[in-house]
Amino acid sequence: MLDIATLLGAGLLQAFEPLNLMMIFIGCLAGLFIGAMPGLGSVNGVAILLPVTFLVPPTAAIIFLAALYYGAMYGGAVSSITLGIPGASTAVATVFDGRPMAQQGKADQALTAAAVASFIGGTISVILFTLFAPPLAVFALKFGPQEEFALMVLAFATFIGLGGDDIPKTIFSILLGLVMAAVGFDIISGQPRLIFFDFVELQRGIGFLVLAIGIYGIGEMLWTLENSKGEVKIHAVRSTWKSFRKNLSHIRDYLPTTALGSALGFFVGTLPAAGATPASLMSYGLAKTFAKDPDSFGKGNVSGVAAPEAANNAASTGSMLPMITLGIPGSPTTAILLGGMIIWGLRPGPLLFTDRPDFVWGLIGSMYVANFVTVALNLALIPLFVRVLAMPFTILTPIIFILCFVGVFATTDRMFDVWLMLILGLGGYLMRKLNYPVAPAVLAIVLGPLAERSLRQSLISSRGDVMTFFERPISLTCMLLALALMIYPIWLGIRRRRAGTTSGAE
Amino acid sequence: MKYLKTLMAGALAVVVSAPVALADWQPRKPVEFIIMAGTGGGADQIARLLQGLIEQKGLSSRPFIPINKPGGSGAEALRYMQDKAGDDHTVMMTLNSFYTTPIIQEDLGVDVTKFTPIGLMAMDTFLLWVHTDRDDITDLDSYVAAVKAAGLDWKVGGTGSGQEDSVLTAMMEAAFDYEVTYIPFPGGGTVAKNLIGKQIDSTVNNPSEQLAFYEAGDSKPLVQFTGERMAAFPDVPTARELGIDIEYYMQRSVNGPPGMSAEAVEFYTNLFQTLFDSAEWQEFCVSDGLTCDGMLNGADLAAFHASQVEAHKKLIAQVGAGAITGE
Amino acid sequence: MSTRSAELLMAVGLLLLSLGLMWTVVADDLHIGWVEGRGPGAGVWPFWLSAGMALASLWTLVRWFRGATPESRNKAPYIDGQSLGLVLISFVALTVMLLLVHVVGTYIATALFLGFYMRFIGKHSWRTTVNTCIGMVLLIYFLFEWQLTKYLPKGAKMFEDGFLWIDNFRWQYLM
Repeated sequence: MLDIATLLGAGLLQAFEPLNLMMIFIGCLAGLFIGAMPGLGSVNGVAILLPVTFLVPPTAAIIFLAALYYGAMYGGAVSSITLGIPGASTAVATVFDGRPMAQQGKADQALTAAAVASFIGGTISVILFTLFAPPLAVFALKFGPQEEFALMVLAFATFIGLGGDDIPKTIFSILLGLVMAAVGFDIISGQPRLIFFDFVELQRGIGFLVLAIGIYGIGEMLWTLENSKGEVKIHAVRSTWKSFRKNLSHIRDYLPTTALGSALGFFVGTLPAAGATPASLMSYGLAKTFAKDPDSFGKGNVSGVAAPEAANNAASTGSMLPMITLGIPGSPTTAILLGGMIIWGLRPGPLLFTDRPDFVWGLIGSMYVANFVTVALNLALIPLFVRVLAMPFTILTPIIFILCFVGVFATTDRMFDVWLMLILGLGGYLMRKLNYPVAPAVLAIVLGPLAERSLRQSLISSRGDVMTFFERPISLTCMLLALALMIYPIWLGIRRRRAGTTSGAE
Repeated sequence: MKYLKTLMAGALAVVVSAPVALADWQPRKPVEFIIMAGTGGGADQIARLLQGLIEQKGLSSRPFIPINKPGGSGAEALRYMQDKAGDDHTVMMTLNSFYTTPIIQEDLGVDVTKFTPIGLMAMDTFLLWVHTDRDDITDLDSYVAAVKAAGLDWKVGGTGSGQEDSVLTAMMEAAFDYEVTYIPFPGGGTVAKNLIGKQIDSTVNNPSEQLAFYEAGDSKPLVQFTGERMAAFPDVPTARELGIDIEYYMQRSVNGPPGMSAEAVEFYTNLFQTLFDSAEWQEFCVSDGLTCDGMLNGADLAAFHASQVEAHKKLIAQVGAGAITGE
Repeated sequence: MSTRSAELLMAVGLLLLSLGLMWTVVADDLHIGWVEGRGPGAGVWPFWLSAGMALASLWTLVRWFRGATPESRNKAPYIDGQSLGLVLISFVALTVMLLLVHVVGTYIATALFLGFYMRFIGKHSWRTTVNTCIGMVLLIYFLFEWQLTKYLPKGAKMFEDGFLWIDNFRWQYLM
C-alpha cells in the first residue's frame, strides 16, 4: 500500500511537469472537439494524431493520447446531447435521454450531468486502476471466448426493456441490426457473406458509425423536420452562473446510478472484449431496470444521461489495464495506443510495471490530472455548446447534414459509406414513422459481431458442446445474472399487477 | 503595401528555389498510404511509424495519410489499388494477403504482379509457441506427440482463416500428419493473450506479439520457421535443422498501383530507402523481431513477388483452399 | 397513401427483404446448419436471424389484418402534404449535394447546399448566407484537411487542380 502511494506520488509529480501538463491540456481540448464532431471519435483522433507524438518523449506522448482519449469520451456526449447524433458507439446510450432533455430546453442540465458523471466515472476508475491493476490483469486472462459470449448475453439482457411497445417491430429491429453486423468477411470461415451486387466495398462490412449517423443524423433529422412542420422550436438555453449552480445541485439525483455505472464500466472495460460500448449500454439498461420510475427513461431522465457517461469514461480507463499489463487492447482506441507504445520502443506486457515504472505511473498520475482538466474545460464550454441549439433550424439542419457527410467520409475514407449512410437514414426515417424502434438496431450492430464471433469460437473450442458456457465459473455467473435480469421485469410486472388487483379489491 | 511586396518577393523566392532544393518529382497532393489491414495490427503500426518518420524528417513535400482498407482480408484494398491504376499519389503497405487473397478470391480480378513494386521494408518471422507450464513439451518431437495424443482437442489460435498463420498451421498439419482445431481471433495480440490464459494450446505468433510474455516467462518458443536462427532466439532450432521443410515469412513491402510513372517510382523508392536506412527504422526492426537485411526494390522486388505468388499458389493447392478457409 | 397502407407495404417489403437475405445466404453456398464438432456454420447467423426477421414481419402482417397496431387503424395520410415538401426538399437537396461532391468536390458542393438551404428555405439574407457558407467551408478545411490531415473528395480533375492550386499557399507560407 505504501509502495503504491510513493509510486503514485512520483507519477503525479511527473504529470505536473510543464510539458506533460501542457500535453494533458492540449490533448483534452483536442479530444473534446474531435469527440463532439459527429463521426469522429477517440479512435480517429488517436490514430490521426499518433504520428505527431514522435516529436516528444514517450511519457509525454502517451499522456497526450490518453488525454485525447478522455477528452473524446466527454466530447461524444456533447454531440449526443446537442445534435442528437452519437459521435461514437460509446455515446449511443447518451442519446436516449440526452436528446429529449435538449428538446425540453434542458441541454445545459444534461451536459452538466454528462460532465460530472464522466468525471466521477473516470476518477473512480483510475482509483480502482491504481489499487488493483495486477490482480485484475490475472482475472482478465481467465476471460476466454465463453466468458465473452456470456457477457454479451448479459449485455443483451440488460437492455431487454429498451425496445418500443410493439413487440414484433422491436424484434425485427434487433434482428436487422444483428444481420447487418454479419455483412462482410467472416473471420472464422474466411468467407465473404451477404455481399449484395458483388460490391467489394461491402467486404469491410457495414460500420456501426454509418448506421448510427444514417439513422440519427439523417433519419431522425428528417423526422424532426416533418413533425415540426418547419417550425422547429428553438431550445435556446441561457447559461448563467446561477443555472450552473442549480444544475450542479442535481447531482444527488443521479449519484447512485453514476457510482454503479462507474464500477460496472471499469470492470467491463478491463475485460479485453469490447471496451466502453457494452459498458455504457449495460449501465443504461441497469439504471432503467432498477429505477423507481423506469417509464421516464428515454423521455429525458437525467440518470439516463449520467449512467452511460459514467460507464464509458470508467471503461476507457479500464481498457488501459489489459493494454499495459498484457499488451492487448481492451478497445479499438487502445489498439492504436498499443501500436504507439511499440513504436516508442516500449513493450507493454507483464514486465512493463517493473521495467518502466516512470512511464506507467506517469500515465496513471496523468489520468487523475486529465480528469480534472477535462471536467473543468467541459463545464466551462457548456455555454458555447448550448449556443448550437439557439441556431435557427434552417442553418442548423444543413450544417448537421454536412457534418454527417464529412464525418462519415473522414472516418471511413470512402464515398461508398456516405451513400450507404444516406440510404440507411432514409430507411430509418420511413420505418421510424411506422413506430419501428431504431435504437435496438443500432445497439445490435455493435454487439452482433462480438456475440457471433465469441459464440462460434467457444463452440469450435468445445467441439460443438453447448454445455461449455455452463461449465466455466465466470461464464456461468454471467449467464445466471442474465437470466435473473430477464426474469426481473416480468416478476416486477406480475407483482405490480397483483398489487393492483388487491388494492382494487379493497 | 510594403508588406504585400515582401510577401510577393518571398513567394517568388520560394517558387524559384523550390525545384533546386527538392528532387525532380514531388507529390502535389497528400499521398494516400493504404494499409490492407485494420487499425492496430502489425501493418498498421509500421505504416504509422513510417508516416511519422516521413513527417519528422521532412522527406516529402506533402504528408502521407494512412488509410485502412481492411475489408475481406485485403480484397478491398487490392481492388482499390487496381482501380487507381496510373495514380502517382497512392502507395500501399502490404502483407502476405497480398498474395493469398487474389488466389482464394479468384473473381476479384487483381493481378498483383502488375502492381508497381517500391520497396521491401522488412520480413516478419513466425515461431511456434506454447505456454511455459507445459512441462511435457520441450521440443518439436514432444510437441507433435502431445498434439497427436490430444487429437482434435488440441486448440491452435490464429488470426483468421485465410491469414498467414492459418496457412502455416495447415502446412504443419500436412507435414506432421495430424489434425488440430483452429480457432480464429481478431489480431495477433488477442491470440497471444489467449495462449497465456490457456484458452488455446499453441499458436504460431510473430515474435513481436509474444515477446513481452516470453520475457516474462509465460510462453516458450519451440521452433522457428526461418532459414537461419534469429539473433533474438539463438537457442531455438529452425524447422529445417530438424529436417522439416517449412520456411515461411511475412513480407512487409510498399507497392504502388499498376502503371505508376517512372519519376514517381524513383521518388518513392528513394524515400523508402532513406527510411529503411534510418536509425529509427533499424531500431524498430530489432525491437520488433523483424528481419531487415536490405531493401529490395524495382526488378528485384518484382521477381520476389512473382516467386512468392507461385509459392503461395503451390501451397494453397497443396493444403487445399478448404483447409485455409475453414469449412 | 394512408398510414394503414404504408404499414402493410412496409411489412410486406421487410418480409421480402428478409427472404432476400435468406436467399443470398443460400446462394452464396454458406453452411446454414450445425457443423459437427465446430458448432454453427458461417451461414447460420445471417440465415436464421433473417428467418426471424421474416417471422417478425409476418407477425406484424397478422396484427395488421386484425387491426392490432395503432398504425393499422390510422387512416391519416402517411406523409401529409404540408410537411412532405420540406422533408422531400431536404432529402433531394442532400442527395444532389452528395452527387455534386463527385463532380465539383466537397467544398463547392457543401457551400452550394448550405447556400441553397439557407437562402431559399430559410429566407436568410444573402449576407448571412454567404458568410455562413464561407465560415463552414473554412471550418471544414481547417479542421479536417489541415488539422486532421484528411483528403476530402475533390471531384473532377479540373476542380481538384483548382483546389491544389489554392492549397499550395498553405504549404508554402503557413507550415
